[in-house]
Amino acid sequence: MEPVLDNLDLFWSGFLRSLGIAVWAFVGSMVLGTVLAVFRVSPVPALRAVGTVYVAVVRNTPLTALLFLFAFGIPALQVNASFYVFGVSGLVVYTAAFVCEAIRSGINAVAPGQAEAARAIGLTFSQTLGQVVLPQAVRSVVPPLGNVQIAMVKNSAVVGAIGVGGELFSVYARLSSAQGYERLPILLGVAAFFLLVTLPAGALLAATEKRLAVAR
Amino acid sequence: MSGVLFDEPGPRARRRTRIATAVTVVAVLALLAAVVQRLASTGQLDLDLWAPMLDPSAEEFGPVWDIIGSGLGVTLRAFVVAAAASLVLGVTVAAVRLSLGRTARLPLVAAVELFRGLPVVVTIFLAGEVLRLVDSGISTFWALVLGLTAYNSVIIAEIVRAGVVALPKGQAEAGLAIGLTPGQVMRSIQLPQALRAMLPAVISQLVVVLKDTALASIVFNDVQDLLYAANRLRLVLDNSLQAFVLIAVIYIVLCVLLDRAAVWTERRLSRARPSTAGAVAPAEEAVTRV
Repeated sequence: MEPVLDNLDLFWSGFLRSLGIAVWAFVGSMVLGTVLAVFRVSPVPALRAVGTVYVAVVRNTPLTALLFLFAFGIPALQVNASFYVFGVSGLVVYTAAFVCEAIRSGINAVAPGQAEAARAIGLTFSQTLGQVVLPQAVRSVVPPLGNVQIAMVKNSAVVGAIGVGGELFSVYARLSSAQGYERLPILLGVAAFFLLVTLPAGALLAATEKRLAVAR
Repeated sequence: MSGVLFDEPGPRARRRTRIATAVTVVAVLALLAAVVQRLASTGQLDLDLWAPMLDPSAEEFGPVWDIIGSGLGVTLRAFVVAAAASLVLGVTVAAVRLSLGRTARLPLVAAVELFRGLPVVVTIFLAGEVLRLVDSGISTFWALVLGLTAYNSVIIAEIVRAGVVALPKGQAEAGLAIGLTPGQVMRSIQLPQALRAMLPAVISQLVVVLKDTALASIVFNDVQDLLYAANRLRLVLDNSLQAFVLIAVIYIVLCVLLDRAAVWTERRLSRARPSTAGAVAPAEEAVTRV
């Protein structure tokens, strides 16, 4: 454990940097994913098609391949940005497909009678969705959405491992190769910092799930 | 559900839909045009960059597809071994966890929670390190398989457990009543029904295994899988964008095929036995396999 405790401040700054990736990806994927979900249930066939194709393509591509495409492919178009930006964008694009599906499944879980009643009193599509269906969908969306975002935090490790710099994996690389520490304890330290986020998040989600389940 | 969100369109709504469709089509076309324009202006559409991969008469075509083929072989091999191991181990863990008492299963529960909370990429790193300490001669291919198995078997164990828990209590009670042992009840009554009900979730987890084999390129530099092939092509042919697009398309085709196979199997199973295990609604389950 000593190699970790000796370098706790380095680990901590790496942890914050890793957390930063996850926070940006969270915000980005929620926005993009919600827009895609609205596309997928909209009355306009063309919008539905856009959502369907996006989800089908992105869900079936490995995150690693997507990130490599962003990191090496997009610079070929002479679009220049730091790898941090490419990495976070890749994670946003990837996670949004899953956010979209989670939200859509939540919308599908609202009893059809609710939407029918809303239409019967003359509400438009956006009113039906925004004032009747989505507020109720939130309840059944929380568990799948929570799982998607916890998975995203774990996936943010892939962004880091490809080489953003400054985050937990570069701490691992620095301590194990440059400073010659044993690799296993350092890795276990990296693992512990990820568990520091995912385990409480998982417990919180389980508790929320229980509360919501009773209320339904 | 989406059908009930809006009324059967009248003339005005139909006009609005037509306008929105036109706007969407124009926007998508404009986006595509911008991308193509950008591709063209930066020379990325040059035939030289695509031909070695797509034109059978090109000189490099044969060697290029040899590289892709051997990469595909390694990817599929890692997938098959890791998927089989995860299934066996996952079902075993679920069965053991369900048969143990509250305190006896605590270590198992802790292990499951631990591996569930770790990023797979960290698990693969750890597997590589542990195998290296055990025997430095073991190839990194097996570290990849071990890492993938450690993660995915606990996920599959959780899926199977949820399936067993969701079965009506009477199933196990009836088994016990006719004199089966708890082990027999688990093996011949509960597990078969749970697996059948959870098949869609299990298969979408297998798609995750297939996708996660690509992590090998990040953790190790000598597992020559499909993504490794892309990196080789990129360096030889100097066509990053094209190589990664082609490899991404191959991954998508593989995953979609696996997914189709899942849908097909599910249909066959539900046709064979229309009324099994109606207690579980696993379709929603599949949504969250990231």
